[in-house]
Amino acid sequence: MKRKSMEEYFFKILMVVSILIVLGGILSVIFTVVLKGVSALSLSMLIESPHGGYYLGGGGGILNAILGSLYLACGAIILSITLSLPVAMSLHQSTMKSRYVEYIRTSLDIACGIPTIIYGAVVFTIMVFIGARSSLFWGMITVAIFILPIMIRSIDEIMLQTPKKIKIAAFALGSTRTEMLSVVVKQSFPGIVTAILLAFGRGIGDAASILFTAGYSDSLPTSLFEPVATLPLAILFQISSPYPVVQQRAYASGLILLVIVLTASIASRVLSKKFMKYVVK
Amino acid sequence: MERGSLDRWSIRFMSIIAFLTSLIAIIIAIVLMWKSFPLLQISTIQEIVLGSIWQPLAGGFGFFPFIMGTIWVTLLAMGIAIPLGLFSAIFLAEYSPGHIRESIKPLIDLLAGIPSVLFGLWGILVIVPWVRDTIAPMWGVSTTGYCVLTGGIVLSIMVLPLIISLSDELFRTVPLDIKKASLALGATKWQTVKYVLFRKTYPGLLAAIILGFSRAFGETMAVLMVVGNVAKVPTSVFDPAYPLTALIANNYGEMLSIPLFDSAIMMAALILFIIVVIFNILSKLLLIRIQKAV
Repeated sequence: MKRKSMEEYFFKILMVVSILIVLGGILSVIFTVVLKGVSALSLSMLIESPHGGYYLGGGGGILNAILGSLYLACGAIILSITLSLPVAMSLHQSTMKSRYVEYIRTSLDIACGIPTIIYGAVVFTIMVFIGARSSLFWGMITVAIFILPIMIRSIDEIMLQTPKKIKIAAFALGSTRTEMLSVVVKQSFPGIVTAILLAFGRGIGDAASILFTAGYSDSLPTSLFEPVATLPLAILFQISSPYPVVQQRAYASGLILLVIVLTASIASRVLSKKFMKYVVK
Repeated sequence: MERGSLDRWSIRFMSIIAFLTSLIAIIIAIVLMWKSFPLLQISTIQEIVLGSIWQPLAGGFGFFPFIMGTIWVTLLAMGIAIPLGLFSAIFLAEYSPGHIRESIKPLIDLLAGIPSVLFGLWGILVIVPWVRDTIAPMWGVSTTGYCVLTGGIVLSIMVLPLIISLSDELFRTVPLDIKKASLALGATKWQTVKYVLFRKTYPGLLAAIILGFSRAFGETMAVLMVVGNVAKVPTSVFDPAYPLTALIANNYGEMLSIPLFDSAIMMAALILFIIVVIFNILSKLLLIRIQKAV
């Protein structure tokens, strides 16, 4: 065999081996969480809050963490949608490639890359400074702040895909800049839905940012200013318990979190496909 | 209100919010510097970065073990993820038939969305026992399994989706004509990849790798769960480590009780912040260079 075809053969094998290792890793992560979780899951996990002595192996479930996580992520998402849409629109309408718009984009890109633990630490510092205690409210704020740059940049990129003709047509019909932007939003709606649901998955799965801003509590929050339990933290606390019964519950909590995140990710695919029919091609 | 002035006011309102969001990164930098400043008054940057005595109660704040912990875990993770990710991306972009690519890509995107706690859980359940019972005995070492190697493996799986999807997209931007020209001259597919694809995309690949690095630096939960958290400079991959992110996560709840401790934790966050921002700006500069070239 010629040297170059031997080389070809060698690297082809290397590539197949790499992709197999990667796929094996992915499947191993998913199957481990699912299999361990299914065997540990019970109905009471889903519909009860922790009873006394839960972390010593007592009865109860993690309803508080499931609902807490959903409250937190939904609140944060609503907050960041209301802020990110205007920002993305503003970036979009400044059609001139000014240095100012580039500055905003760059600083948002930098914010996207900052680890969530730093967001958590900074918000916690501010909370200490003004004397606030960890609560659902501050958890929401922290999560909203760290998904905001991600959401703005993805909506911004999606809006850039809008055909120029549509914008020109909108202006030609006499619309103002704001009315033109509403056309752009409608046109990029499927992408915006995807961005929102992906950000939801990011928000609900993050533990580092809410470790001290949201606190933890064994009961359901009755107001915005009470500490709230969340799934990622429930997993973290349960897995570090010395009791095998409690560790089992971490596996079940992991499965619940995985199901929520996967549902969001699948929903984003289905919904964006569904909304595609309203898009002018 | 009249349409014209409604338009003007809403545009103005939107650009004010846009300006405010651009301040997020700056405010974070200011808070971190403000809080970590007191520590700089009692010791020099050199003592903080290169000192290895970590005794908060006695006022010893040397970050060297933590910085080394972060570097060991990150380098190991990237050492695993870069070759695996690049080879997988080449396979997906150039070698695999369309339907295989179409079925693998969603799986990789899915992996990108899985919360880091679940990777930590997977690490504890699968990688820790594997390292403890299989890998370490092979080298004749005994370890608890909570070590740099475990952290590196878990982290590498987490940055793989980023590297694979970025470089896969890069490879696909290379015009078909150039590839065909290379193949027509008698080059094999691998030679085309080596001499045409790599040469055409290397700034982008570098940007992807740098982004992977900055992601790996900042990853907290999964690493914290499997890396052992012992404040000592690791001497082998089977030693436990204590990365900066884990230091912040484990301590910022109690940082108010010890003098200057909060300042030290914020210093850790500041070091992390500076590293990550530099890496992000580097990759952005590289990407701008590509856009200009295209």
